[in-house]
Amino acid sequence: MDVITILFTTALWAAAIRIASPLIFATLGELLCERAGVINLGIEGIMTVGAFAGWITVYAGFGLWAGVVVAALAGALFGLLHAVLVVPLGLSQHVTGIGITLLASSLAYYFYRLALPEVTSPPKIEPFQPWAVPGLSDLPFVGEALFRQTPLTYLAFVMVALVAWLLARTPLGLAIKAVGENPAAAEAQGINVIAVRIGAVVAGSALMGVGGAFLTLSAFNSFFFDMINGRGWISVALVVFGSWRPGKALVGALLFGLFDAYQLRLQQWAGAVVPYQLFLMLPYVLSIIALILVSRRAAYPRALMVPYHKGER
Amino acid sequence: MPHPTTAQPESVLRLSHITKRFGALTANDAISLAVKVGEIVGLLGENGAGKTTLMSILFGHYVADEGEITVRGEVLPPGSPHAAIAAGIGMVHQHFTLADNLTVLDNIMLGAEPLWRLTSARGAARARVSALARDFGLEVDPDAVVAGLTVGERQRVEILKALYREARILILDEPTAVLTPQESASLFATLKRFVAHGLSVIFISHKLNEILAACERVYVLRSGRLVAERQITGTSRSELAELMVGRPLPQPRVEPQEPGAVVLELRDVSAHRGALWLRNVGVELRAGEIIGIAGVSGNGQTLLADVIAGTLAPDSGTLAMAGREVAAAGPRRMVAEGIGRIPEDRHSEGLIGDMSITENVISEGYDAAPFSRHGLIDWQAARAAAERAVAAYQVKCQGLDGPVRLLSGGNMQKLILGRVMARAPRVVLANQPTRGLDVGAVAYVHEQLLAARARGAGILLISEDLEEMLSLSDRIAVMHRGHLSEARPRAGLSIGELGLLMAGHTGGGDSHAA
Repeated sequence: MDVITILFTTALWAAAIRIASPLIFATLGELLCERAGVINLGIEGIMTVGAFAGWITVYAGFGLWAGVVVAALAGALFGLLHAVLVVPLGLSQHVTGIGITLLASSLAYYFYRLALPEVTSPPKIEPFQPWAVPGLSDLPFVGEALFRQTPLTYLAFVMVALVAWLLARTPLGLAIKAVGENPAAAEAQGINVIAVRIGAVVAGSALMGVGGAFLTLSAFNSFFFDMINGRGWISVALVVFGSWRPGKALVGALLFGLFDAYQLRLQQWAGAVVPYQLFLMLPYVLSIIALILVSRRAAYPRALMVPYHKGER
Repeated sequence: MPHPTTAQPESVLRLSHITKRFGALTANDAISLAVKVGEIVGLLGENGAGKTTLMSILFGHYVADEGEITVRGEVLPPGSPHAAIAAGIGMVHQHFTLADNLTVLDNIMLGAEPLWRLTSARGAARARVSALARDFGLEVDPDAVVAGLTVGERQRVEILKALYREARILILDEPTAVLTPQESASLFATLKRFVAHGLSVIFISHKLNEILAACERVYVLRSGRLVAERQITGTSRSELAELMVGRPLPQPRVEPQEPGAVVLELRDVSAHRGALWLRNVGVELRAGEIIGIAGVSGNGQTLLADVIAGTLAPDSGTLAMAGREVAAAGPRRMVAEGIGRIPEDRHSEGLIGDMSITENVISEGYDAAPFSRHGLIDWQAARAAAERAVAAYQVKCQGLDGPVRLLSGGNMQKLILGRVMARAPRVVLANQPTRGLDVGAVAYVHEQLLAARARGAGILLISEDLEEMLSLSDRIAVMHRGHLSEARPRAGLSIGELGLLMAGHTGGGDSHAA
């Protein structure tokens, strides 16, 4: 199998979509926060918490979907913490976000150790199984790549459509965009800027939590240290790549998934000749190049990272 | 408690004993006023008189410490823009509150619908906006993105926003600051249409001419107090000016004098920054004369100032000082060549807010004698210079070591004047030197510019204030879309003519679309 033919295997594309799924959730979450004017660098930690909370729920004997809900709630909780610190209190968004990441991931590991002090190898759960969409999964190529995924992957795609609809079509979406562009203008129109921003950060963080849970409930079947492995940071970059638009962000996530799936296969093919670390690097390098090409003219939300204080001129 | 003298039955809006304090400062001191149905009421006062604070209280941005507001007899809940909008109050802010990356329709619809809906009724909204625009002469494309609109169009969007929310009382805060005289006239016509439809308008301004042109009645604020109420028919420009300032106003007197040799010459200078262009600009500035550069902001004046200050390299053309070519020399060299720069934005380009008065005073010459010796700053010399500037230019400050940002706008500008004039520059580049200053500080800046002219400096005065331009300049040129018209002697130029030139009409009577 050579470099080109890999591209035409359904396994590659199915893997690309699988790898992209947690990124889609997390990118949408970050996008929602940033559209409202709040950068959420707590994303890496919030995903860790989501991964742990989802997994421990299922491990404790509850259903997989209960795990997803608990992961979303856990994400929302840390999102609320971030929001309270940076929105009404107006603290520095990046510093607070990094603090949230450190706090959230440490707490996740702490509670993991507290719950399972004895184990050496991570205990396993029964994860989501692929579910073939009736009819569509029989399509040649596309069916196998796209319609034999786990339910959470389908949910990710549904969320893209929902967030896109929210931002483009609903009054709430307009309010979110407005508080991220010009909060004073929104305030003058009677919008409660503080409430909208907090709401967007909490909802966005819930999506990040689900993104983390995808890893423990769908991609793998256990929780282990460092399992988020930079996926949160990649999502922050994907938001920029997607110019703060859900559709473009989806394309970015899929592209990254494709690079990653491709390099995994290249490792097997050429691993003997070139050190495999070179291939590990590949998706990131390609992402940077794509970022340079796409996002130079992106119109970022004007009030991003600017705290809003009512009554200040 | 309602004030007995303002209790008139047809009042649609009444403010009673509104008091607002910011720390030790009383911004509004027991102000009571009333607005009737179908009238345009002026609110006149200098910057810092408390006009904007009063209106921010009315619109719910601030909460008053004392007093209450009633709309059609009902008390307005304080501190809620939402309640103000619901009561029919619409505010057109001085600094437009529009989200640049959204469309006109988005900006207008924002907040007008309940948030929790699956779809927004854009079709119906578009139709209503078009109807309103037609009825009141406020044409603007609803699907255009705000970032691409002109200032005049943005103001129309602001007004449409208020009308869309069914405002019955429209507050306009310094609405003409950014308009050409013609645009202002068309705004006044629109306001007259509003009152004919039974709306009421509060027109906030510190410009006497506009108050006289647009209003029927005027309230005058000074230092947070309401000092007078006048019918326009029963007052005069000079009475209002005196009421506003609290003392008779000094008029700048321009002594006739023969200009000397050319001190600054630009020939065929073109430059650009982003989409903004300066095209083949030529001007000859002589010693002892003031050339006014008029124009609506954003037509290239900033580029012209930056080229002369050395902060923007021209693409082509020559720039000479006293006959010596100095194009693209950089700001340090231009200061050394004798350019005295009074920048457009004193906060971002004039002074460093968090540094002390002393540090700011030496910031254009810190690296050379007398402030620097053997690579070390001579703080004694620096302090002496700062003391001289503060004393000579009447800068009110707590001390030389406090951060500059604590000074008022007028005192910042005086400090900049002190720094510039201490070097006895051959050319003074004054870009919007009186923007945002109160009448007293404006008079002071004018005096100093005229003093520099009498000393023999050439002065390039860039301003949007046509009265200022006409009262100070020896010659006036107009910028429009990067082109600079020929400088014409002030004698024989009228505000109307300048307005036409600013809108892009050429002198000979034929015009092209603006």
